[in-house]
Amino acid sequence: MADTTSDPSQTARSPWRPRLLLLAALLAVVALVTFGVTALLVTIFEHRQEARTPFVRLVEVNEVSTDPVPWGTNWPNQFDGYRRTVDTVETEYGGSSAMPASKLEANPWLRRLYAGYAFSIDYREARGHAYMLFDQEVTERVTKRTQSGACLHCHASVIPTYRRLGIEAAGEKPDVAALTAGFNWPAVLEGFRVASTMDYASAHAELLKTPDGTPGENLPLFPGGETGQAHPVSCIDCHDPKTMQVRVTRPGFVLGIAALAASEAAVPHLASVNRWREGDRKQPYDPNVHASRQEMRSFVCGQCHVEYYCAAKETLFFPWNNGLKVEQIEQTYDEHKFPDGTPFYDFAHGETGAPTYKAQHPEFELWSQGIHARSGVSCADCHMPYERHGAMKVSSHWVRSPLLNINNACQTCHNVPEVELREKVETIQGRTVSLIGRAAAAMTEMLDAIRQAQAAGATPEQLAPIFELQKKSMWRLDFVSSENSMGFHADQESARILGESIDYSRQAEVAATRLRAPEAPHVDQPTEPVHGVTPTEKAPASPSSS
Amino acid sequence: MAEATIKTTPRPADSRRRLNSLLSVAIAVMLGIVCGVGAFTFGYGKGWSYLSNNPTTCANCHVMQGHYDSWQNSSHRHVAVCNDCHLPHHPVGKWVTKADNGFFHSLAFTLENFHEPIQIKPRNRRVTQHACLDCHVDIVHQMLPAETEGEMLSCVHCHSDAGHAHR
Repeated sequence: MADTTSDPSQTARSPWRPRLLLLAALLAVVALVTFGVTALLVTIFEHRQEARTPFVRLVEVNEVSTDPVPWGTNWPNQFDGYRRTVDTVETEYGGSSAMPASKLEANPWLRRLYAGYAFSIDYREARGHAYMLFDQEVTERVTKRTQSGACLHCHASVIPTYRRLGIEAAGEKPDVAALTAGFNWPAVLEGFRVASTMDYASAHAELLKTPDGTPGENLPLFPGGETGQAHPVSCIDCHDPKTMQVRVTRPGFVLGIAALAASEAAVPHLASVNRWREGDRKQPYDPNVHASRQEMRSFVCGQCHVEYYCAAKETLFFPWNNGLKVEQIEQTYDEHKFPDGTPFYDFAHGETGAPTYKAQHPEFELWSQGIHARSGVSCADCHMPYERHGAMKVSSHWVRSPLLNINNACQTCHNVPEVELREKVETIQGRTVSLIGRAAAAMTEMLDAIRQAQAAGATPEQLAPIFELQKKSMWRLDFVSSENSMGFHADQESARILGESIDYSRQAEVAATRLRAPEAPHVDQPTEPVHGVTPTEKAPASPSSS
Repeated sequence: MAEATIKTTPRPADSRRRLNSLLSVAIAVMLGIVCGVGAFTFGYGKGWSYLSNNPTTCANCHVMQGHYDSWQNSSHRHVAVCNDCHLPHHPVGKWVTKADNGFFHSLAFTLENFHEPIQIKPRNRRVTQHACLDCHVDIVHQMLPAETEGEMLSCVHCHSDAGHAHR
């Protein structure tokens, strides 16, 4: 026994050691493989879960939840993007994310275009959605001039306030139960009419009186503005709180698109409108019922990024009765009368006294004339492109200029390098800028000529047709320069509109100058007939003479 | 007494033998685990489906859902599935390409380090080009280069919506 205990360490070492090592190595390898396979199993499982895009409704949201924070608890991915709309990055021509530099200082002609109108006091580049309410509260247009409550139709999450005012107008008690019972379109429409005729301060006060879904919590989500219960555009404005379905909530849009559907105007990019027109038309066109999801991804933006009348003389309306093109909207305004029977206009021009129209920001209308709309590309496809979060596909709620996100916004369809795409956009925008410059020069020279004619004693009868030209020219220039894509949404259409603006300005300038010019002499100078370059004697005999 | 000694202080050879058998058991157990987990993962990850021609397989990993949807709206949905355009028609090339793409696609999706939006690789673009020609050669043979490896126009440069509808 003693022998064997001392000896075998020498005899057994050589055959046993390698086998032991081999086994240990094998053990490690198998352990590693198991580790990898398990990790793979878990990632497959996680991706499967992500692909179901699950959400947990941790917090209840309902028809008064204008505060986006509880929604953010349930839908953190969308909320994270939404919060980023505070970021301010500039593109070449401002776009959706610029710091609010004054446009009036950069473009002095704007002061003359808007002479006599509040926009000549303060007019800045737009910022992200996060600032929409704050920037409106502090603009000198609102602080120095009395503005209408209709402005809040788009600058605040206002629908529960409309509903509350509507319920109050019907003589009922607007408690939380009544406010959250459902969307209640009749009450919302009534409240919309009530608020549209209030002044801005009163309407803003009503906004603060409406519950926002987080009682007792008044912390602002975004820096600056957003006091207490009032919020800029938030989740509830585009989503049904029960189903998360994309929906439109703005009475102005719902009434406007119904009027557009009922018109004869061609809208090849809106398939559901064309289908509705072919139907029995018993119910008015309702985007929440008839529109496809892809159309809704534009309609939600079209609730505000449009042309509208929003001063205090009557309820806010979208001028789409004759169509979406610049001259169709102009026709609607031309035919329109204020409730007191007087002809419609936005403001009397400060330099000439001509009644004129002010264009707001007709992004939806201009997009409607462009190649992207015609190809079925929605606003959200470029401004809120899909992003991948693992296996989840999320529409980015960081609404911003596609130029800041060319990869997701453009390259999903356009398989060309980013630099090339940026150059294409900048070419279009550069051409538009240069045409706007020409149109602005023509416009200011027109104003000078009209003022000179007035100084020379032109009569109102003589000036009436010139004022008509002035209105047409300024409306067209304003339509493109106020629109926020610098021509990109429909480049040929923008050039056409600016071309017309230049033409109307020059027509007005010529007509105004003629008023104080001497009578034109009779012209009897003969026009030269055509001469060939071949001398007559060498020319072949003409067929008629032979 | 002697037995007690053996129990408390075993001889080195015995202890090694014991360690050996212990390791062998451990390896056997672990091999069993890896086979079990592996088999489950294969089943759970629908591993068998990758051997098929079924187009839904390509949307297994969710990333391809959009491509699958757009294919369903395309003109080719009744005549060609994913594999018909994205794999060579030669049996060897088909399985080599399938293995190559299968591995690298899984790797990319697992590690989530791929380009967004997804772009086709040059090799796969060549595969697709040859797939176009394989079926349509009768009508395009006049446009083909004289030499076998000569440069030719890419069919999908113009017909980009043949396999995946744009809207």
